[in-house]
Amino acid sequence: MSRDISMRAEYAFWLLPVLAYFVFGENLALLSQIAITALFVLSLDLILGYAGIISLGHAAFFGLGAYAAGLLAKYGWGDPLLGLAAGALVAATAGFASSFLVLRGSDLTRLMVTLGVSLMLFEAANKLTDFTGGVDGLQGVEMQPLLGLFSFDLYSKTAYWYSLAVLFLLFWLARRLVRSPFGLSLRGIKQNVTRMPALGTPVHRRLVAIYSIGAAYAGVAGALLTQTTQFVSLDVMAFSRSAELLLILVLGGSGNLYGALIGTIVFMAAHHFLADINPQYWQFWLGAALVLVVLFARDGIMGMLRRLVTRGAQ
Amino acid sequence: MPPVLETRKLSKRFGGFIACNDVSLNIQPGARHALIGPNGAGKTTLINLLSGFLEPGAGEVFLRGENVTRLAQHRRVKRGLVRTFQINQLFAEMTVLESVVLSTCERLGLGWRWWQPVENHVHAVSEATELLSSLHLLDVAQEKVRSLPYGKRRLIEIALALASKPQILLLDEPAAGVPASESRELFERIARLPRDVTILLIEHDMDLVFRFAERITVMVGGALLAEDVPEVIANDRRVKEVYLGEAHDA
Ligand SMILES: Nc1ncnc2c1ncn2[C@@H]1O[C@H](COP(=O)(O)OP(=O)(O)O)[C@@H](O)[C@H]1O
Ligand SMILES: [Mg+2]
Repeated sequence: MSRDISMRAEYAFWLLPVLAYFVFGENLALLSQIAITALFVLSLDLILGYAGIISLGHAAFFGLGAYAAGLLAKYGWGDPLLGLAAGALVAATAGFASSFLVLRGSDLTRLMVTLGVSLMLFEAANKLTDFTGGVDGLQGVEMQPLLGLFSFDLYSKTAYWYSLAVLFLLFWLARRLVRSPFGLSLRGIKQNVTRMPALGTPVHRRLVAIYSIGAAYAGVAGALLTQTTQFVSLDVMAFSRSAELLLILVLGGSGNLYGALIGTIVFMAAHHFLADINPQYWQFWLGAALVLVVLFARDGIMGMLRRLVTRGAQ
Repeated sequence: MPPVLETRKLSKRFGGFIACNDVSLNIQPGARHALIGPNGAGKTTLINLLSGFLEPGAGEVFLRGENVTRLAQHRRVKRGLVRTFQINQLFAEMTVLESVVLSTCERLGLGWRWWQPVENHVHAVSEATELLSSLHLLDVAQEKVRSLPYGKRRLIEIALALASKPQILLLDEPAAGVPASESRELFERIARLPRDVTILLIEHDMDLVFRFAERITVMVGGALLAEDVPEVIANDRRVKEVYLGEAHDA
């Protein structure tokens, strides 16, 4: 794809959420959820799509961010940006600490360790009812107005613009990161981990860094969900969330930041429109789409789009 | 002169099999040193131990007098010890330029930079471009590595190592599988490296070895059999028996 076309496509893409605000003004709560999920998928894309670290427990970081922001707000520190910072910090710390377990082994080890850690955290959140509210969820999350100016309203207007702004900012940072020498070295590690040390790359430390960054991104997404819904449900840490995340990324196309966003939009929209009609129907077509993508279009929706554009340009 | 690279009684076992047995080797600064021996002799294993790709079961490795036996591979690279692989280890989905820039960025200590895009690090890019030009690879700079024929990919294997500006270069059969015409060019490029770059070369083509090397070590069954200047090695009876004999009978 030529640089020019992709630049224009990017500008056009970011006009969509602004348009959506006017077209789907009734559905701002859903649109906020899409933005938050997109940020969450982006966080997995950074570690899996770029660095090749497979995870089945990424919801652990989402959940930690969600609880961190929720508890802060419940006990009187309801400033949204403070909550985001706390969510990022808690999740990044957990990511950093667990990276030493996760990064040692093979892909299978990584799958099992990430899954195991997230199951343990889920159970801990379930049992620490005094702290988390357990299955009843964390109540009493009181958010202060964003920047002291915009309170969270019933129509989710603030929630939407806030989620979108955070997504945009973190997307932009991620975009810088993946195009930098650091990002190039991550792609190198993913493509040939044997070669990288022979070029002088401290592979383990690079992976620890991106794993912590990915965790921080997930923590921010979790904190956003808490703040925009003023509630933390136990399922922020559920295994199904990690699995769904992986599925959205594969559908959208991993190793491509827009793949993460487009995958989320398609998935959430399809879910919204189809799931009401018939839940089984939804699961069936979701399964079918997943199998087709993995067998015939490994690079997902984004890869297909790109091939279309390339063909069109010729 | 003290050796720039030295091993003392280096050993490596794979299960019950001894791939490297009590190897004590000295490489002089600026050497053009060849390591020869039949298949399975343990040459690649020795390179793996020297570079830190494998940890030895016993013995030590010294780099300019410093004991680096337990030093991580990437730290040895930072000290100028760089190797290539007998079996290509490339970045299939990158362009040729990208993969060499990856290497020059690492050499220039830019690997942690995350703010500016790669192409803004002009020093890394220009160094990579010059290297590609000297290897006659500029015309494929924008091609994906995986789309290139084997001979070209073999050159990129070498280019990645040269981009690290090695002071000691370990070449594991660099010309393996490369057509004769291209391998000559490859060796000319290697021979043009500055004299202060120390080179240890594993190579099966005896013509190339005798043309290039000023010192030859012969390895058999995991152990060193002989080491000397090429003329002496060529006439060594034991060497002829175990190694050159079969090759030169033909
Ligand atoms: N990672 C390994 N695991 C088990 N055996 C190995 C391994 N690497 C090498 N070997 C064995 O060690 C011996 C020496 O191999 P190698 O060093 O590759 O020889 P050369 O490079 O001289 O042909 C061979 O018999 C090979 O099968
Ligand atoms: Mg070998």
